[in-house]
Formats: sequence, C-alpha cells, structure tokens
Amino acid sequence: MGESYQEGTGSGADFDLTQFYQIFFEEAGENLDQMERILLALDLAAVSDEDLNGIFRCAHSIKGGAATFGFADVAELTHQMESLLDRLRRHELQLIPEMIDVLLESADASRSLLARHQAGGQGEALSTTDLVARIRQLVSGVAPAPVAAPAPAPAVVSAPPPAPASQPLAPGMRRLEIQIGPLAVVEQADAVKELFRDIPGLGTISDLPCEQANVRLFLVETSSTNDDLLDLFAFHVSKDQVQIQAVDPGFGNPAADNPFGLFGDAAASPAVAAPPAPVPAPAAPVPAPAPVKAASGSVVPKVASQAQMESTTIRVAVNKVDQLINLVGELVITQAMLAQNSRGLDAALYQQLLAGLADLDRNTRDLQESVMSIRMIPMSVVFSRFPRMLRDLANKLGKKVEFVTHGEATELDKGLVEKITDPLTHLVRNSCDHGIEMPAERLAKGKPETGTIVLSASHQGGSIVIEVRDDGKGLSREKILSKARERGMDVSDQMPDAEVWMLIFAPGFSTADVITDISGRGVGLDVVKRNIAELNGTVEIESFDGQGMKVAVRLPLTLAIMDGMSVGVGDEVYILPLSSVVESFQVNSDDVSTVAQGAQLVKVRDEYMPVLALERLFQVPRVNQEKSSTIMVVVEADGSRVALLVDELLGQHQVVVKNLESNYRKVPNVSGATILGDGKVALILDISGLVRRARY
Amino acid sequence: MSVVGKTAEGASSGAREYLTFRLDQEEYGIDILKVQEIRGYEAPTRIANAPEFIKGVVNLRGTIVPIVDMRLKFNCSHVEYNSFTVVIILNLRHRVVGIVVDSVSDVMELAPESIRAAPDIDSVIDNGCILGLGSVGERMLILLDIEKLMSSVDMGLVSVGG
Repeated sequence: MGESYQEGTGSGADFDLTQFYQIFFEEAGENLDQMERILLALDLAAVSDEDLNGIFRCAHSIKGGAATFGFADVAELTHQMESLLDRLRRHELQLIPEMIDVLLESADASRSLLARHQAGGQGEALSTTDLVARIRQLVSGVAPAPVAAPAPAPAVVSAPPPAPASQPLAPGMRRLEIQIGPLAVVEQADAVKELFRDIPGLGTISDLPCEQANVRLFLVETSSTNDDLLDLFAFHVSKDQVQIQAVDPGFGNPAADNPFGLFGDAAASPAVAAPPAPVPAPAAPVPAPAPVKAASGSVVPKVASQAQMESTTIRVAVNKVDQLINLVGELVITQAMLAQNSRGLDAALYQQLLAGLADLDRNTRDLQESVMSIRMIPMSVVFSRFPRMLRDLANKLGKKVEFVTHGEATELDKGLVEKITDPLTHLVRNSCDHGIEMPAERLAKGKPETGTIVLSASHQGGSIVIEVRDDGKGLSREKILSKARERGMDVSDQMPDAEVWMLIFAPGFSTADVITDISGRGVGLDVVKRNIAELNGTVEIESFDGQGMKVAVRLPLTLAIMDGMSVGVGDEVYILPLSSVVESFQVNSDDVSTVAQGAQLVKVRDEYMPVLALERLFQVPRVNQEKSSTIMVVVEADGSRVALLVDELLGQHQVVVKNLESNYRKVPNVSGATILGDGKVALILDISGLVRRARY
Repeated sequence: MSVVGKTAEGASSGAREYLTFRLDQEEYGIDILKVQEIRGYEAPTRIANAPEFIKGVVNLRGTIVPIVDMRLKFNCSHVEYNSFTVVIILNLRHRVVGIVVDSVSDVMELAPESIRAAPDIDSVIDNGCILGLGSVGERMLILLDIEKLMSSVDMGLVSVGG
C-alpha cells in the first residue's frame, strides 16, 4: 500500500495509459452496477458469503484500476470500502443497515468521481472525507455518527467501544486515546485524520464518540512517540488542545464485552464475538482493524477471487458486430438469389449442386440467427437500475414499495435497450409517484401497507412485451374525461376504456393544474409514447379503479429488422411499417370526394381521411397504362390516419432497415431503405411524415 | 481538410496515379486512391424529387449507395445505358458514392510537371473542382478533384447544413 497516487495523468512517464481509460471507465461502471445490485438484494438476516465476496471483488477491481490510472480519490474511497467488505466477508463484523447505506453512497460517490475523471478532471471534485470517515468508523466496529451531526447519540455510548482486548496489537504499536479540543471550529480536528491517511506508516486513526460537541476523540494505533504526534498535529491544532492518553488493553473498559455500543443485540450474536478465535488464515497475523494491516492478511483470498473473475465474455466494439451482421445479411441475400436461380435446374442432373445449396440454405439461416443474437442483451441490464431508483424515490415520498421483476433474461437488441430505458424509467416513476398510495391510505382501503410494482418482460410472437404493473389507485375514467373536455378534446362518455386511458398520452394532457388524483400521471407521458413509437413500438394501458394499472409496451425484437408491408405503385415497390397499417380496401370512385384545393378525402366508416396517392407523391412514371391505383391502405401515426392510394399489395415480410443518410441525404417522406429478396433497394415510407404532410 | 490534403499532395513530389474515364468525347482522370471499385451499371431504385443526375440508390453488398450520372451532371448530349456503361464506386470521406460514366479507359501515372493549370474557362464544372489538365502524348485529361466535386452543394448528395 506504499504506492503514491498521482492525480489524473497516467503515472508511467514513458507509457501512455490514457488509451486504456475508456476500458477502465466501462469496467468500473459495470462493477459499480454489480455492487449496487448485490447490495440491494442482500438479506440482512442471512448474508451469503458469495454475495459479500462478489461485492468485495467489485470494490477491489475498481480500486486496482483507479490506482493504476492514478485516480487517487477513487482508489482511496474504494480502498476503504474494500477494508470494510473484507472484514465483513471474514465475519469479523456483522452486516448492519448503516453499512449498506454507506456502501451505496460510496458507490454513488465513486461514480461521480469517475465521471469527473472521464470528463478530463474538470469541475469540482466531490469530497469523500466524510464517507471515508464513516467507513473507517464502521471498519473499527463503531456505529457511525449520523451524517450531519458530529456528536453521536449520548447516554447509550459513553465508553470507547472498539474492543481493544480482543484485537492483538502488532509489535511496537501503541494504542492511544487522543482528545482534541475544545475547539471553536471542531472540524479542524478532522484534519488530523488526514495526517494518518497521508503519511504512510504513521498508523491508524478512528473516531470515538464524544459527548462534547466541540471536542473530538480519536482512537489511534501508532508506533510514533507522543512528541512526534504532537509535532505533527501542530500543523492543524495547537499542542495544548491535544491530550494523549494510552489505552490499557483489556482493562477498565466497560464496553469491552459490547464492542458495538449502539447495537447491543447484534453484538451479542456469535458472529461478532468471533474475532478472538483465530481467523482461518494461518500465515498472516489476524488482521488488525486498520485497513493497512488488513491488506497483508487478505492477499490469499484476493488471488483466489481474481481467478474466479476470469470472465467468459469478450468485449467487442459494436460497429464490428454491426459489420458482421451486414455481411451475414449479404450472404442471406446471395443465398436467396442462388436458390431462386437454381430452381429450374434438373434435380437428377444437378443432384450434388442442389444438395449443396440446401446445406447452404440451412447454414446461412443458422448463421444469421447466431449473429443476430450477439447484439441481444438481457433485460436485466435495464431492470437492474430500478430497485435503487425506487428505493430512493419511495423513501423520499414516504411510501412503502416492493419491486418485483419477471423475465430479466428476456433478450432485446442493444440499440433498443438503450432507447427503452428512459421511457421505462418514466413509467416506473409514475407508478411509484402517482399510482401507489401512502401506507395509511392503503391500509384504509384494506390493501397491504406495502405497494407492489411489477416489471416484467416476455417474448410474444416477433415482439417483446414489457409491462409495468402496480397495485395502486389506478386511473379514474371520469376525471380523465372531464379533464379532456376541459382541454377541448373530442371525447364522449361512450368511449371504450382503452381509448380513455390513451388520452393520458396526449401531449400536455396532464399538467400541474390537473385534479390531484391523476396529476402527474400524464407529465411527459406523451414523450414516452413518442419515444416508443419511434422504436416502432406500441403502448397499451389497462386500469382498474382502486386496483391498480398496467402499462404494456410492445416492441419489435430489434431495431434493425422491421415487419413491413410491401406495396406496388407502377413498377416500383415501397415498404410500409406494418405497425402503422390499420386496414386496406378496394376503393370505389364514389367514396372519394374532392375538396377545394384539389385535396382528396375518402370516407371510411363515417370518418373522412385525406388521401395520398403515392403515384403523385413519388412521381412514379407510368409505363403500363392498364394498371392504376385502386387500393387504399389506411395508415396511422401520432393518432391521425391517412389513406394511401397504391396499385397493389405485394406481401408482408421482415425487412432489414438500412440508413439512407449514411451515404446520401434525408429524403422527404422516406425513413430508410431496405434490400429486397432480389437484391433491389426499396424505400421505407415515413408514415408520421406523410400524416403530417396530409393533415397540415 | 482539403487544405491539408493539398499540402500532402504537394509534399509528395512523385507522380500520382489517375483512373481515366470517358464522358462522351471527353476524357477525365480522378485520383485512383478515391476509387473503391468498378461495376457494371444496374438500374438503381429511383428517388422521387431528386435532381435528374441522381439516378437513385443501389445495394452494394448491404450498403445503400447513391448513383450520380456524370453525363447528366456535365450536360453530355448523348446519354445511353448499355453493356459498356460502368459505375465507379468512390470512397470519399466515409461516404460511398457511385458515378456513372461511359467507359473506364485505364490507370495512368502522371508526374506533376505534366499537369498544367486549367485555364479559366466557363464550364459546367466549378473551376475549383478541376485540379488541372494532364497531357499524355496526344491525349488531354481533365483531372477532377472528385471529392470536392461530390461534396459541393449543387450535387445534392449531402443535406444542406448537415
């Protein structure tokens, strides 16, 4: 632990470490996520060694990386976390809720410190002094002082707690009790602790509770003499304010048999009483409470844990995977062409060739499936961020919420996962904020005090369905309808429930002035709906007044593949996203009426909708005059419908969506392009663009 | 970026290689390093409301590539698509673009001293896009800065402002 950390720059002068920064930041982020996930899942009553080891490994990896790259603040903080976790996994300490809190906060702090380094070290660094001190207290077995108040609860703890008798001192070390104060600014005393951290070999220091608010009491283990210590302290406090007193081991210490002061019951449990017995690490001395000492004892387990960390995954740049997917797409098209061209061949003459082609067909299909699966990542990546968010949110709101997830293993395209996270967060927040009632209200309604929010993901056909369900108060039909009328929306009392619920997705539907019951239920929900629509997904709501509601988000499995309907106009083929197609029908000329500026309207079951003739819109040349556009395809986007006039419906198929803009430019009314089975390019229509064009 | 490119060209005093192609009666040359491949002409998918010289887009092994007919762009009098019509696929600053020409002649090495500055003439080609005139024996090559030409606004290949 003697290495000195340098801020920011890679420490090796002749070796540029910056090229590895990105990898470190990615890994550290993953480790923090993992740590948070385990921490939240921990059951205080039965903590498994595996979990503790898991958290330890995460902290350890971050520390190692941070030290290598010279991020001293992160290394220091994670080092403290590691010390605490090390003692926990050796069962020298009993896990208490405070520890989880402080570890979670430390994880947050590390994250923001890392983010600062990632941004090139700009901005104010977060101070971790307080966290470090709290962890040290926990490591030394003292209950942490409440964050803001330096003086811990009086009366209960009056004696210096950390069981000196049970902790053998290293040779040459002295255990001292140092009192600093009374001081006008008591925080000055905390600077003394920094000395111990900054000067290697000085020893260790930990806080002791003290009844006087302007006095600080520390327990120090050091080999230095009193005079040396006083000289050092003189940098921060004057000598006459420091009193040094040796602690007599195992004598006159009323709290010796209750080392955890505040937590009398917990201290009585056997796990805590264990330390006097030799810890199963024969080579190393029993670790002293000090983190520096603990390091030597933990060498063996560290090596073991690193071996376990040999991962079974590799990190690959996304564009490499995309390139692979493109190549396979090409292969599939080539294979389809071969299959088509070989159809006329005489099976008797070309038996071997045809058998080879059949093999090629099967292998290509398998290859395509496997390659596509590379981009798929499990939903747990998204789900894992919610427990923490809900925990904080529920605490803030004073609600009790249990969070349940199903189907974490369901896989989704990486691109989709990134884009669905925000809308889902919004929905989950809404459920907690506005769905779940306050505990008292729930009890009054005869529901369990703790509300439940269920997040589930499953495959249904070619799409993935993600549901956010809560057992809160649900939506109120009357209130939504009256609010909608207030806003001048076209509603009627006969509307089916499903349509009423969809009103909450209308832009700006719910603002702060809405009736309290549904307030916020709609804040930004139009954004959620729009985001999901952009992914070619749909949203459905089910709600039961007083029983809760369910929002189901249906998404295609991947962004790169879309269900399309191909339509023919003249000799050209266009693709419509199947999700936007409502219906199609043969048109009669008397159904179409022309209004003032030559715009055409068609009447479909009492609704007039604008007609867009693709032939005119895309200036399709007519070679064959016999064909004409006689089929209407009704498409819907953003809640409005238009009828597209086409020649013929060619079929439905999955199409691979390609970007037109990568080599060309944005084309009006076109959202992308795809490659048809014959290798030709077909344009995919931008339905919401078309609807906007026709409506406004 | 093009400034940097120019200096680099000036610095390497050695001869450069040019791919030469014909448009009607004229012979042009472009930097061979910008050429990705040469293909036969196949009918592209038309894009509505695009300028006439943009024939549409084709599928080049999974990539959607726009096709520009240089003959239409340069107002050639005689434009036909036959088995000799070829498409030169260019790779320009991460963009892939195909240009239609009447035929590809060959690859020529031109020393800097055999390249003359282009006279100030009035033509459909922006003068800034002509690197110079190269002479090889009796033939005269119009050397194009194809990258500059293709990224100019009136080619309509890039979104304005984007």
